[in-house]
Amino acid sequence: MKPRGMIGYHPEQVIPHDHILRYSFKERLNHWIAAGSFIYLMLTGLAFWSPWLFWIATVLGGPELSRMLHPWIGLVFFVAVCYMFTLWSTQMNFEQVDKEWWASLRYYITNQDEKMPPAGRYNAGQKLLFWSFFGGAILLLASGCVLWFTESIPWNLRWLRYISVVVHAGTALLLIGNFMIHIYMGVFAERGAFGSVIRGDVSLAFAKRYHPGWYKEIVGETENQK
Amino acid sequence: MSQATLRIQKMSAHSGTVPGQDTQRQYTVCKLVDTTTCIGCKACEVACVEWNDMPFSPTTFDNTHQTMPETRWNYWNLILFNEHEREDGTLQWLMRKHQCMHCAEPGCLEACPSDGAIVQYSNGIVDFQQANCIGCGYCITGCPFNIPKLNSVTKRVYKCSLCADRVGEGLEPACIKSCPTGCLHFGSKEDMKDLAEKRAKQLRDHYGFDKAGVYDPPGVGGTGVIYVLHDATQPELYGGLPGNPSIPLAVKFWKHPLKWLGNLAMVGGLIGLFAHYLKYGPKAREEEDLAPKGEV
Repeated sequence: MKPRGMIGYHPEQVIPHDHILRYSFKERLNHWIAAGSFIYLMLTGLAFWSPWLFWIATVLGGPELSRMLHPWIGLVFFVAVCYMFTLWSTQMNFEQVDKEWWASLRYYITNQDEKMPPAGRYNAGQKLLFWSFFGGAILLLASGCVLWFTESIPWNLRWLRYISVVVHAGTALLLIGNFMIHIYMGVFAERGAFGSVIRGDVSLAFAKRYHPGWYKEIVGETENQK
Repeated sequence: MSQATLRIQKMSAHSGTVPGQDTQRQYTVCKLVDTTTCIGCKACEVACVEWNDMPFSPTTFDNTHQTMPETRWNYWNLILFNEHEREDGTLQWLMRKHQCMHCAEPGCLEACPSDGAIVQYSNGIVDFQQANCIGCGYCITGCPFNIPKLNSVTKRVYKCSLCADRVGEGLEPACIKSCPTGCLHFGSKEDMKDLAEKRAKQLRDHYGFDKAGVYDPPGVGGTGVIYVLHDATQPELYGGLPGNPSIPLAVKFWKHPLKWLGNLAMVGGLIGLFAHYLKYGPKAREEEDLAPKGEV
Protein backbone atom coordinates (compact mmCIF):
# COMPACT_ATOMS: atom_id res chain seq x y z
CA MET A 1 0.00 0.00 0.00
CA LYS A 2 2.63 2.48 1.06
CA PRO A 3 4.63 3.73 -1.92
CA ARG A 4 8.37 3.30 -1.70
CA GLY A 5 10.85 6.12 -1.79
CA MET A 6 9.93 9.66 -2.58
CA ILE A 7 6.35 10.68 -2.24
CA GLY A 8 4.65 11.97 -5.35
CA TYR A 9 1.01 12.72 -5.79
CA HIS A 10 -0.67 9.37 -5.74
CA PRO A 11 -3.99 7.94 -4.66
CA GLU A 12 -2.08 5.14 -2.92
CA GLN A 13 -1.11 7.66 -0.32
CA VAL A 14 -4.62 7.59 1.09
CA ILE A 15 -4.39 5.19 3.99
CA PRO A 16 -7.11 3.83 6.24
CA HIS A 17 -8.84 5.86 8.94
CA ASP A 18 -9.02 8.99 6.80
CA HIS A 19 -5.29 9.65 6.74
CA ILE A 20 -2.87 10.50 3.97
CA LEU A 21 0.80 9.62 3.90
CA ARG A 22 2.68 12.91 3.78
CA TYR A 23 6.33 12.03 4.44
CA SER A 24 8.07 8.78 3.52
CA PHE A 25 10.49 7.10 5.89
CA LYS A 26 13.44 8.52 3.95
CA GLU A 27 12.05 12.01 4.16
CA ARG A 28 11.37 11.72 7.87
CA LEU A 29 14.74 10.20 8.73
CA ASN A 30 16.59 12.81 6.72
CA HIS A 31 14.53 15.58 8.29
CA TRP A 32 15.54 14.44 11.76
CA ILE A 33 19.21 14.06 10.87
CA ALA A 34 19.13 17.63 9.61
CA ALA A 35 17.12 18.76 12.65
CA GLY A 36 19.35 17.04 15.20
CA SER A 37 22.54 18.34 13.65
CA PHE A 38 21.07 21.83 13.26
CA ILE A 39 20.08 21.96 16.92
CA TYR A 40 23.58 20.88 18.00
CA LEU A 41 25.13 23.47 15.67
CA MET A 42 22.79 26.19 16.90
CA LEU A 43 23.47 25.47 20.57
CA THR A 44 27.25 25.26 20.25
CA GLY A 45 27.24 28.22 17.87
CA LEU A 46 25.27 30.31 20.36
CA ALA A 47 27.77 29.33 23.06
CA PHE A 48 30.55 30.87 20.94
CA TRP A 49 28.32 33.78 19.98
CA SER A 50 27.75 35.25 23.43
CA PRO A 51 29.50 35.01 26.81
CA TRP A 52 26.00 34.82 28.32
CA LEU A 53 25.46 31.49 26.56
CA PHE A 54 28.96 30.03 26.93
CA TRP A 55 27.58 27.68 29.60
CA ILE A 56 25.76 25.76 26.84
CA ALA A 57 29.13 24.49 25.59
CA THR A 58 30.01 23.40 29.12
CA VAL A 59 26.74 21.49 29.40
CA LEU A 60 27.38 19.81 26.03
CA GLY A 61 30.66 18.30 27.18
CA GLY A 62 33.01 21.27 27.36
CA PRO A 63 33.88 24.12 25.01
CA GLU A 64 36.90 22.35 23.47
CA LEU A 65 34.69 19.42 22.49
CA SER A 66 32.13 21.82 21.04
CA ARG A 67 34.84 23.52 19.00
CA MET A 68 36.07 20.15 17.79
CA LEU A 69 32.67 18.66 16.88
CA HIS A 70 30.90 21.74 15.51
CA PRO A 71 32.57 21.56 12.07
CA TRP A 72 32.02 17.81 11.73
CA ILE A 73 28.37 18.02 12.73
CA GLY A 74 28.22 20.91 10.26
CA LEU A 75 29.24 18.48 7.52
CA VAL A 76 26.48 16.09 8.62
CA PHE A 77 23.99 18.96 8.44
CA PHE A 78 25.21 19.96 5.00
CA VAL A 79 24.92 16.42 3.64
CA ALA A 80 21.40 16.11 5.07
CA VAL A 81 20.39 19.42 3.47
CA CYS A 82 21.84 18.26 0.14
CA TYR A 83 19.81 15.04 0.35
CA MET A 84 16.78 17.15 1.22
CA PHE A 85 17.46 19.08 -1.97
CA THR A 86 17.36 15.92 -4.06
CA LEU A 87 14.09 14.90 -2.34
CA TRP A 88 12.18 18.14 -2.44
CA SER A 89 13.71 20.73 -4.77
CA THR A 90 11.38 19.89 -7.67
CA GLN A 91 8.37 20.51 -5.43
CA MET A 92 9.69 23.84 -4.18
CA ASN A 93 9.30 26.02 -7.28
CA PHE A 94 7.36 29.20 -6.68
CA GLU A 95 4.14 29.17 -8.70
CA GLN A 96 1.23 31.52 -9.24
CA VAL A 97 -0.63 30.21 -6.22
CA ASP A 98 2.40 30.97 -4.05
CA LYS A 99 2.32 34.62 -5.07
CA GLU A 100 -1.34 34.75 -4.10
CA TRP A 101 -0.50 32.92 -0.88
CA TRP A 102 2.11 35.55 0.01
CA ALA A 103 -0.36 38.32 -0.76
CA SER A 104 -2.79 36.75 1.72
CA LEU A 105 -0.18 36.12 4.40
CA ARG A 106 -2.06 38.23 6.94
CA TYR A 107 -4.96 35.77 6.88
CA TYR A 108 -2.54 32.90 7.48
CA ILE A 109 -0.97 34.71 10.42
CA THR A 110 -4.38 35.47 11.96
CA ASN A 111 -5.55 31.86 11.52
CA GLN A 112 -8.19 32.66 8.90
CA ASP A 113 -7.07 29.73 6.81
CA GLU A 114 -10.35 29.47 4.93
CA LYS A 115 -9.44 32.75 3.18
CA MET A 116 -6.09 31.37 1.94
CA PRO A 117 -5.52 30.43 -1.70
CA PRO A 118 -5.14 26.63 -2.10
CA ALA A 119 -1.53 25.71 -1.36
CA GLY A 120 -0.02 22.57 -2.90
CA ARG A 121 2.07 20.02 -1.00
CA TYR A 122 4.10 22.97 0.29
CA ASN A 123 2.85 26.48 0.87
CA ALA A 124 4.92 29.53 -0.08
CA GLY A 125 6.25 29.88 3.48
CA GLN A 126 7.52 26.31 3.50
CA LYS A 127 9.14 26.85 0.10
CA LEU A 128 10.91 29.95 1.37
CA LEU A 129 12.06 28.01 4.43
CA PHE A 130 13.45 25.26 2.21
CA TRP A 131 15.42 27.65 0.01
CA SER A 132 16.67 29.65 3.01
CA PHE A 133 18.05 26.52 4.59
CA PHE A 134 19.57 25.34 1.32
CA GLY A 135 21.26 28.68 0.57
CA GLY A 136 22.16 29.15 4.22
CA ALA A 137 23.79 25.73 4.41
CA ILE A 138 26.02 26.58 1.43
CA LEU A 139 27.06 29.92 2.94
CA LEU A 140 27.69 28.33 6.34
CA LEU A 141 29.77 25.56 4.80
CA ALA A 142 31.90 27.97 2.76
CA SER A 143 32.50 30.41 5.62
CA GLY A 144 32.74 27.56 8.13
CA CYS A 145 35.61 25.93 6.23
CA VAL A 146 37.59 29.17 6.51
CA LEU A 147 36.88 29.32 10.27
CA TRP A 148 37.68 25.62 10.66
CA PHE A 149 41.19 26.07 9.26
CA THR A 150 41.64 29.74 10.15
CA GLU A 151 45.31 29.28 11.04
CA SER A 152 46.06 27.98 7.54
CA ILE A 153 44.81 31.10 5.76
CA PRO A 154 47.86 33.09 4.61
CA TRP A 155 48.21 36.60 5.99
CA ASN A 156 47.61 38.25 2.60
CA LEU A 157 44.28 36.40 2.30
CA ARG A 158 43.13 37.48 5.75
CA TRP A 159 40.11 39.23 4.20
CA LEU A 160 38.69 35.71 3.81
CA ARG A 161 38.58 35.43 7.60
CA TYR A 162 36.95 38.83 7.94
CA ILE A 163 34.22 37.95 5.43
CA SER A 164 33.75 34.53 6.98
CA VAL A 165 33.15 35.60 10.58
CA VAL A 166 30.46 38.04 9.46
CA VAL A 167 28.86 35.70 6.90
CA HIS A 168 28.88 32.76 9.31
CA ALA A 169 27.26 34.70 12.14
CA GLY A 170 24.82 36.59 9.90
CA THR A 171 23.66 33.46 8.06
CA ALA A 172 23.34 31.55 11.33
CA LEU A 173 21.13 34.32 12.73
CA LEU A 174 18.87 34.19 9.66
CA LEU A 175 18.59 30.42 9.90
CA ILE A 176 17.84 30.59 13.63
CA GLY A 177 15.01 32.99 12.79
CA ASN A 178 13.70 30.56 10.17
CA PHE A 179 14.14 27.71 12.62
CA MET A 180 12.12 29.43 15.36
CA ILE A 181 9.21 30.05 12.99
CA HIS A 182 9.48 26.50 11.66
CA ILE A 183 9.30 25.03 15.18
CA TYR A 184 6.43 27.31 16.11
CA MET A 185 4.42 26.36 13.01
CA GLY A 186 5.21 22.69 13.15
CA VAL A 187 4.83 22.06 16.86
CA PHE A 188 2.42 24.68 18.15
CA ALA A 189 0.42 26.36 15.40
CA GLU A 190 -0.47 23.60 12.94
CA ARG A 191 -1.82 20.72 14.96
CA GLY A 192 -0.93 17.52 13.15
CA ALA A 193 2.18 18.83 11.42
CA PHE A 194 4.58 17.51 14.04
CA GLY A 195 3.00 14.04 13.93
CA SER A 196 3.32 14.00 10.16
CA VAL A 197 7.09 14.25 10.29
CA ILE A 198 7.23 11.59 13.02
CA ARG A 199 4.65 9.03 11.86
CA GLY A 200 4.39 10.21 8.27
CA ASP A 201 0.66 10.73 7.93
CA VAL A 202 -1.81 13.57 8.30
CA SER A 203 -5.57 13.49 8.59
CA LEU A 204 -7.67 14.25 5.53
CA ALA A 205 -8.96 17.31 7.39
CA PHE A 206 -5.39 18.57 7.85
CA ALA A 207 -4.55 18.07 4.19
CA LYS A 208 -7.74 19.77 3.09
CA ARG A 209 -7.29 22.70 5.43
CA TYR A 210 -3.61 23.52 4.86
CA HIS A 211 -2.75 21.96 1.50
CA PRO A 212 -5.97 21.92 -0.56
CA GLY A 213 -4.07 21.72 -3.85
CA TRP A 214 -2.18 18.64 -2.69
CA TYR A 215 -5.36 17.13 -1.23
CA LYS A 216 -7.15 17.51 -4.57
CA GLU A 217 -4.31 15.88 -6.48
CA ILE A 218 -4.31 12.85 -4.20
CA VAL A 219 -7.93 12.36 -3.29
CA GLY A 220 -9.34 13.81 -6.50
CA GLU A 221 -12.02 16.41 -6.92
CA THR A 222 -14.81 13.98 -7.67
CA GLU A 223 -14.65 12.16 -4.40
CA ASN A 224 -16.34 14.60 -2.12
CA GLN A 225 -14.90 14.38 1.36
CA LYS A 226 -16.80 17.50 2.39
CA MET B 1 50.05 31.12 32.19
CA SER B 2 48.25 32.28 35.29
CA GLN B 3 49.91 35.17 37.05
CA ALA B 4 48.63 35.42 40.60
CA THR B 5 50.82 38.45 41.22
CA LEU B 6 49.18 40.44 38.43
CA ARG B 7 45.65 41.81 38.56
CA ILE B 8 43.42 41.45 35.53
CA GLN B 9 41.67 44.44 33.97
CA LYS B 10 40.10 42.86 30.86
CA MET B 11 39.00 39.28 30.30
CA SER B 12 37.75 37.67 27.10
CA ALA B 13 34.12 36.53 26.81
CA HIS B 14 33.44 37.09 30.48
CA SER B 15 29.88 37.84 31.57
CA GLY B 16 29.85 39.96 34.68
CA THR B 17 32.63 41.85 36.39
CA VAL B 18 36.27 40.84 36.14
CA PRO B 19 37.47 39.34 39.45
CA GLY B 20 40.03 41.52 41.18
CA GLN B 21 39.58 44.37 38.71
CA ASP B 22 40.78 47.73 40.03
CA THR B 23 41.96 46.29 43.35
CA GLN B 24 45.47 47.44 42.55
CA ARG B 25 46.68 50.23 40.37
CA GLN B 26 49.78 49.50 38.36
CA TYR B 27 51.59 51.58 35.81
CA THR B 28 51.39 50.47 32.21
CA VAL B 29 54.55 48.70 31.13
CA CYS B 30 56.14 49.06 27.71
CA LYS B 31 58.94 47.60 25.65
CA LEU B 32 60.88 50.04 23.49
CA VAL B 33 62.57 48.65 20.38
CA ASP B 34 65.05 51.02 18.76
CA THR B 35 65.32 49.54 15.25
CA THR B 36 68.20 51.91 14.48
CA THR B 37 70.55 50.15 16.89
CA CYS B 38 69.43 46.55 16.32
CA ILE B 39 72.26 44.52 14.77
CA GLY B 40 70.13 41.43 14.14
CA CYS B 41 72.11 39.18 16.48
CA LYS B 42 68.99 37.18 17.52
CA ALA B 43 70.03 37.01 21.15
CA CYS B 44 66.47 38.04 22.02
CA GLU B 45 65.06 35.17 19.92
CA VAL B 46 67.21 32.66 21.79
CA ALA B 47 66.47 34.21 25.19
CA CYS B 48 62.74 34.01 24.45
CA VAL B 49 62.88 30.34 23.47
CA GLU B 50 65.05 29.56 26.51
CA TRP B 51 63.07 31.44 29.15
CA ASN B 52 59.72 30.17 27.89
CA ASP B 53 61.09 26.63 27.72
CA MET B 54 60.07 26.05 24.12
CA PRO B 55 60.90 22.91 22.18
CA PHE B 56 63.36 23.27 19.31
CA SER B 57 61.88 24.86 16.21
CA PRO B 58 63.64 24.28 12.86
CA THR B 59 64.94 27.40 11.14
CA THR B 60 64.62 28.28 7.46
CA PHE B 61 67.53 29.77 5.55
CA ASP B 62 66.36 32.05 2.73
CA ASN B 63 69.54 34.04 1.98
CA THR B 64 68.62 36.79 4.43
CA HIS B 65 69.32 37.42 8.07
CA GLN B 66 65.89 36.19 9.12
CA THR B 67 65.51 33.01 11.15
CA MET B 68 62.17 31.87 9.67
CA PRO B 69 59.37 33.41 7.59
CA GLU B 70 56.89 33.97 10.45
CA THR B 71 56.59 33.57 14.19
CA ARG B 72 55.33 30.17 15.32
CA TRP B 73 53.35 28.87 18.26
CA ASN B 74 56.69 28.03 19.89
CA TYR B 75 58.71 30.93 18.44
CA TRP B 76 57.19 34.16 19.69
CA ASN B 77 59.90 36.63 18.82
CA LEU B 78 61.43 37.09 15.38
CA ILE B 79 63.76 39.70 13.90
CA LEU B 80 62.24 40.56 10.53
CA PHE B 81 64.86 41.51 7.97
CA ASN B 82 64.45 43.76 4.93
CA GLU B 83 67.18 44.94 2.57
CA HIS B 84 65.78 48.29 1.55
CA GLU B 85 67.06 50.26 -1.43
CA ARG B 86 66.77 53.97 -0.79
CA GLU B 87 66.00 56.60 -3.41
CA ASP B 88 69.69 57.49 -3.76
CA GLY B 89 70.48 53.85 -4.58
CA THR B 90 72.16 53.04 -1.29
CA LEU B 91 71.13 50.01 0.73
CA GLN B 92 69.75 49.89 4.21
CA TRP B 93 69.29 46.80 6.36
CA LEU B 94 66.10 47.20 8.33
CA MET B 95 65.64 44.88 11.27
CA ARG B 96 62.59 44.85 13.43
CA LYS B 97 61.91 42.71 16.45
CA HIS B 98 58.47 41.27 15.71
CA GLN B 99 56.32 39.96 18.57
CA CYS B 100 52.98 40.61 20.24
CA MET B 101 52.39 44.36 20.45
CA HIS B 102 50.29 44.15 23.65
CA CYS B 103 47.65 46.54 22.30
CA ALA B 104 45.72 48.67 24.77
CA GLU B 105 42.62 47.60 22.82
CA PRO B 106 43.49 44.01 21.85
CA GLY B 107 41.67 42.59 18.81
CA CYS B 108 42.42 39.04 19.96
CA LEU B 109 40.65 39.60 23.28
CA GLU B 110 37.75 41.25 21.50
CA ALA B 111 37.29 38.29 19.16
CA CYS B 112 37.82 35.49 21.71
CA PRO B 113 34.64 33.52 22.60
CA SER B 114 36.13 31.57 25.52
CA ASP B 115 35.73 32.85 29.07
CA GLY B 116 39.10 34.01 30.39
CA ALA B 117 41.22 32.54 27.58
CA ILE B 118 42.73 35.99 26.92
CA VAL B 119 43.34 38.50 29.68
CA GLN B 120 44.86 41.94 29.94
CA TYR B 121 46.63 42.59 33.22
CA SER B 122 46.37 45.94 34.92
CA ASN B 123 49.92 46.72 33.73
CA GLY B 124 48.72 46.36 30.13
CA ILE B 125 50.23 42.96 29.30
CA VAL B 126 47.95 40.84 27.11
CA ASP B 127 48.30 37.17 27.99
CA PHE B 128 46.77 33.94 26.68
CA GLN B 129 45.55 31.47 29.30
CA GLN B 130 45.98 28.20 27.42
CA ALA B 131 43.99 26.32 30.08
CA ASN B 132 40.88 28.20 28.94
CA CYS B 133 41.67 28.21 25.21
CA ILE B 134 39.38 26.15 22.96
CA GLY B 135 41.48 26.52 19.80
CA CYS B 136 38.84 28.24 17.68
CA GLY B 137 41.34 30.69 16.17
CA TYR B 138 39.11 33.77 16.43
CA CYS B 139 42.06 35.64 18.03
CA ILE B 140 43.98 35.02 14.79
CA THR B 141 41.18 36.83 12.95
CA GLY B 142 41.06 39.65 15.51
CA CYS B 143 44.80 40.43 15.54
CA PRO B 144 45.97 43.19 13.15
CA PHE B 145 49.63 42.11 13.56
CA ASN B 146 49.48 38.38 12.63
CA ILE B 147 50.64 37.25 16.07
CA PRO B 148 48.59 34.40 17.62
CA LYS B 149 49.68 30.99 16.36
CA LEU B 150 47.82 27.71 16.83
CA ASN B 151 49.53 24.54 17.97
CA SER B 152 47.78 22.03 15.73
CA VAL B 153 48.40 19.16 18.16
CA THR B 154 47.28 20.70 21.45
CA LYS B 155 44.73 22.98 19.73
CA ARG B 156 45.81 25.92 21.86
CA VAL B 157 46.99 29.33 20.71
CA TYR B 158 50.25 30.87 21.87
CA LYS B 159 52.08 34.19 21.65
CA CYS B 160 54.53 36.45 23.48
CA SER B 161 53.45 37.06 27.07
CA LEU B 162 55.85 39.99 27.51
CA CYS B 163 57.29 37.62 30.12
CA ALA B 164 54.37 38.36 32.42
CA ASP B 165 55.81 35.79 34.82
CA ARG B 166 59.08 37.76 35.06
CA VAL B 167 57.45 41.19 35.05
CA GLY B 168 55.12 40.11 37.87
CA GLU B 169 58.23 39.43 39.95
CA GLY B 170 59.83 42.77 39.13
CA LEU B 171 62.14 41.49 36.38
CA GLU B 172 62.43 42.71 32.80
CA PRO B 173 61.35 40.40 29.92
CA ALA B 174 63.98 37.86 28.83
CA CYS B 175 64.55 39.53 25.45
CA ILE B 176 65.38 42.85 27.11
CA LYS B 177 67.90 41.20 29.41
CA SER B 178 69.68 39.53 26.49
CA CYS B 179 70.06 42.54 24.16
CA PRO B 180 73.78 43.37 23.71
CA THR B 181 73.37 46.75 21.99
CA GLY B 182 70.85 48.29 24.31
CA CYS B 183 68.33 48.72 21.54
CA LEU B 184 65.71 47.14 23.81
CA HIS B 185 64.38 49.00 26.82
CA PHE B 186 61.67 48.20 29.30
CA GLY B 187 59.81 50.40 31.76
CA SER B 188 56.65 52.42 32.16
CA LYS B 189 54.85 53.44 28.99
CA GLU B 190 55.40 57.07 29.93
CA ASP B 191 59.16 56.69 30.35
CA MET B 192 59.53 54.61 27.19
CA LYS B 193 57.60 57.16 25.13
CA ASP B 194 59.82 59.88 26.50
CA LEU B 195 62.99 57.94 25.74
CA ALA B 196 61.76 57.02 22.24
CA GLU B 197 60.92 60.61 21.39
CA LYS B 198 64.35 61.73 22.57
CA ARG B 199 66.04 59.10 20.43
CA ALA B 200 63.90 60.02 17.40
CA LYS B 201 64.83 63.67 17.86
CA GLN B 202 68.47 62.73 18.07
CA LEU B 203 68.15 60.77 14.82
CA ARG B 204 66.48 63.72 13.11
CA ASP B 205 68.82 66.40 14.44
CA HIS B 206 72.17 64.66 14.35
CA TYR B 207 72.05 61.60 12.09
CA GLY B 208 70.23 62.88 9.03
CA PHE B 209 67.15 60.68 9.42
CA ASP B 210 64.68 63.49 8.77
CA LYS B 211 61.67 61.21 8.99
CA ALA B 212 62.70 59.37 12.15
CA GLY B 213 59.87 58.89 14.59
CA VAL B 214 58.08 56.70 17.10
CA TYR B 215 55.60 53.96 16.23
CA ASP B 216 52.79 53.77 18.80
CA PRO B 217 49.66 53.24 16.69
CA PRO B 218 46.57 55.00 18.05
CA GLY B 219 44.19 52.72 16.10
CA VAL B 220 44.58 50.02 18.76
CA GLY B 221 44.75 52.50 21.64
CA GLY B 222 48.55 52.53 21.60
CA THR B 223 50.72 49.47 22.12
CA GLY B 224 52.82 47.95 24.88
CA VAL B 225 55.67 47.61 22.37
CA ILE B 226 56.80 50.80 20.64
CA TYR B 227 59.40 51.28 17.94
CA VAL B 228 61.86 53.98 16.98
CA LEU B 229 62.02 53.90 13.16
CA HIS B 230 64.49 55.63 10.82
CA ASP B 231 61.52 56.44 8.62
CA ALA B 232 58.29 56.58 10.59
CA THR B 233 56.36 57.50 7.45
CA GLN B 234 56.93 54.03 5.96
CA PRO B 235 56.46 51.46 8.73
CA GLU B 236 55.54 48.85 6.07
CA LEU B 237 59.23 48.65 5.12
CA TYR B 238 59.95 47.07 8.48
CA GLY B 239 58.65 43.59 7.76
CA GLY B 240 55.15 44.80 6.93
CA LEU B 241 54.47 46.78 10.09
CA PRO B 242 50.96 48.13 9.39
CA GLY B 243 50.74 51.89 8.94
CA ASN B 244 47.50 52.39 10.78
CA PRO B 245 46.49 49.14 12.46
CA SER B 246 43.12 48.71 14.13
CA ILE B 247 40.82 45.86 15.07
CA PRO B 248 39.44 44.63 11.71
CA LEU B 249 36.17 46.33 10.79
CA ALA B 250 34.51 42.93 10.26
CA VAL B 251 35.42 41.89 13.82
CA LYS B 252 34.09 45.16 15.25
CA PHE B 253 30.87 44.77 13.23
CA TRP B 254 30.48 41.13 14.26
CA LYS B 255 31.09 41.76 17.95
CA HIS B 256 29.04 44.92 18.31
CA PRO B 257 26.13 45.92 16.01
CA LEU B 258 25.57 42.41 14.64
CA LYS B 259 25.66 40.90 18.09
CA TRP B 260 23.18 43.34 19.57
CA LEU B 261 20.86 43.24 16.58
CA GLY B 262 21.04 39.44 16.57
CA ASN B 263 20.33 39.15 20.29
CA LEU B 264 17.47 41.60 20.01
CA ALA B 265 16.02 39.73 17.03
CA MET B 266 16.28 36.33 18.71
CA VAL B 267 14.76 37.44 22.01
CA GLY B 268 12.18 39.58 20.19
CA GLY B 269 11.32 36.63 17.97
CA LEU B 270 10.73 34.32 20.93
CA ILE B 271 8.54 36.90 22.66
CA GLY B 272 6.70 37.62 19.40
CA LEU B 273 5.95 33.96 18.73
CA PHE B 274 4.76 33.41 22.28
CA ALA B 275 2.54 36.50 22.09
CA HIS B 276 1.15 35.25 18.78
CA TYR B 277 0.19 31.98 20.40
CA LEU B 278 -1.46 33.79 23.29
CA LYS B 279 -3.51 35.90 20.89
CA TYR B 280 -4.37 33.46 18.11
CA GLY B 281 -3.60 30.05 19.54
CA PRO B 282 -3.22 26.99 17.32
CA LYS B 283 -4.63 27.04 13.83
CA ALA B 284 -7.17 24.30 14.43
CA ARG B 285 -8.30 22.25 17.37
CA GLU B 286 -7.00 18.71 17.48
CA GLU B 287 -10.54 17.40 17.85
CA GLU B 288 -11.48 19.15 14.61
CA ASP B 289 -8.62 17.48 12.80
CA LEU B 290 -9.49 14.09 14.14
CA ALA B 291 -13.24 14.42 13.79
CA PRO B 292 -14.91 11.93 11.44
CA LYS B 293 -16.08 13.22 8.09
CA GLY B 294 -19.17 15.35 8.18
CA GLU B 295 -18.75 16.53 11.74
CA VAL B 296 -16.07 19.11 11.13
